[in-house]
Amino acid sequence: MRYLVTGVTMAAAIALAGCAKKAPEELPPPPAAPAPAPTPAPTGPQPGTQAHFSQAMMGQDVIYFDTDKYDIDAEDQAALRQQAQYLLQYPSANATVAGHADERGTRDYNLALGERRATAAKNYLVSLGVPSTRLSTISYGKERPVATGSNPQAWAKNRRAVTVVVN
Amino acid sequence: MILRFAACVSAFLIAAPALAQSPSSPVETPPSSTAAPAAQAGDSAAAQQDDAGGLSVVVSDDNAWRDLGIAIPAFATNQDVPTPANSQGTAALGLELARVITADLRNNGLFRPVGPDALPRPPYDRIMAPDYAVWSGRSAEMLVHGYVRAGSDGRLTVGCYLYDVALQDQLDKAGWVVEPADWRRAAHKCADLVYSRLSGEDPFFDSKIAYIAETGPKDNRVKRLAIMDSDGANHRFITSGQATALTPRYSPDYSKIVYLSYLNGNPRIYIYDIGTGRQRLIVQSDYPAFAPRWSPDGKWILYSMAKGSNTDIYRVSANGGQSERLTDNPGIDVGGSYSPDGSKIVFESDRSGSQQIYIMNADGSNQRRISFFGGRAATPEWSPRGDQIAFTHIAGDLRVAVMSPSGGNMRHLTNGWQDEAPTWSPNGRIVQFFRTAPNSGKTSIWQVDLTGRNLRELPTPVGASDPAWGPVLP
Repeated sequence: MRYLVTGVTMAAAIALAGCAKKAPEELPPPPAAPAPAPTPAPTGPQPGTQAHFSQAMMGQDVIYFDTDKYDIDAEDQAALRQQAQYLLQYPSANATVAGHADERGTRDYNLALGERRATAAKNYLVSLGVPSTRLSTISYGKERPVATGSNPQAWAKNRRAVTVVVN
Repeated sequence: MILRFAACVSAFLIAAPALAQSPSSPVETPPSSTAAPAAQAGDSAAAQQDDAGGLSVVVSDDNAWRDLGIAIPAFATNQDVPTPANSQGTAALGLELARVITADLRNNGLFRPVGPDALPRPPYDRIMAPDYAVWSGRSAEMLVHGYVRAGSDGRLTVGCYLYDVALQDQLDKAGWVVEPADWRRAAHKCADLVYSRLSGEDPFFDSKIAYIAETGPKDNRVKRLAIMDSDGANHRFITSGQATALTPRYSPDYSKIVYLSYLNGNPRIYIYDIGTGRQRLIVQSDYPAFAPRWSPDGKWILYSMAKGSNTDIYRVSANGGQSERLTDNPGIDVGGSYSPDGSKIVFESDRSGSQQIYIMNADGSNQRRISFFGGRAATPEWSPRGDQIAFTHIAGDLRVAVMSPSGGNMRHLTNGWQDEAPTWSPNGRIVQFFRTAPNSGKTSIWQVDLTGRNLRELPTPVGASDPAWGPVLP
């Protein structure tokens, strides 16, 4: 954005210099401001990368599910809207949605359940305008828990779909 | 005594098949197998068998033969010579053979075996002419004698004899010629002879188990394809663990293992060839494929494929090619296990709203639900005898249970916190499964017999899950 503004400023300055008599249709930007010092190289993650996405989402890159369920509730919708906004803002970023299940189920079924959850999240992102060609899904079933306890709180954290930006 | 005057017609000196088990170069390089401390389930209290589960209703009482005392002294040798099978020669090998037979019977709660370490060693010329007075004085009802001879080609000849001490009669005998590396197979075959002859059941000791070896913390678990003999010996890791491996199944002829791997990032089904150490992708698709199973004739692979929220069961030739879809319900249809004659498939589906067990014809027709007892029911496995279906019953905890193929006579065999994924012994008398400990997530393989007795953990070098017991070796 900053480069774009600077470009417009310069174009306007050139236009002014070329046609000084003609009244500008719009107010010109403040003239003759010294060219801004080159901005220091950004220290944060590059936009459109997983690191940047994860930072920008502030936790909204993960949605959670009830036991043996894969429906998208209001809270999930809010998170997915943020994800969609990001993905629409950075069209070069593709994403994979990884579906997970808690440990209290059988292995094969949980693989299918994880795929259901990932697909539910993906479909919602598509409904918000993210091209489906930019989204893929994967299921890890119960193989990759983030919370390692064996209690309802841990299981709730593990029943999730995580959106990850891939380039 | 039902064994009186049994005819002794066993073929002698059956040439043992050469197993294509030469050390191979697997696709993934296995690191040297380091023996970590055996994983122990943390909740030994949960291992206690619940005897109040109505276990005696339909299982015939086979205690009569279980109480037989069997003496298994060291096998004799005609000449104590060096052998690759034992660094101390064939005499020491004879002792080991008797130990393996004793452990086979004892660990499975079969009979009352007394092993070679507590018995005198019979000389070679007594193997076919037992000194009955010695053994009747030790209250042995049955006596196992055997010998081992090393041939000039290095191969071993192992003879196995079963005697009734009271009758002073030979009940059965057999012999095998084996490569030195396969010496334990001769012991398992002798244990099978004793077990089959005395119980009337089919043999099962000479068989192998494929499973998933688990190491590392719960949130970063490494899962490797591994194999071992039915008694845990000859353990071998097959994959390195760089890619998560799950749900292996031995082909009926033991030449291959079908399993799931995240090798290329996504869950796909591979067939690993044990002889060549190579593997290939069996289902060419962009969709995740999982839960692979062999047909009894080894010609087909049954598998499940998820297309979004819909998972269906398919079958594909074991050589690859076009898949055929067998279920088309919009729910999750998953798993599947053929009846022994290959005509039917038992599988799980949540089409009713929760996981339940269904049966269909092998072509997918005539799908019908058979589980109606509350809770969820998953991972059905048809007994090799055809008369039972083992499955995981989920009602709070996960427990292993069995029922008839019509869905009747449901019985729990275990009472753990999380016991799942049963697999049958080749003779359909024992069920193995894996047990997960809460919190640590440590896994271990256990087995229990069909009566609900003899629950025990199998020794494995590291954590272990997804056991798949193969048939009796060819």
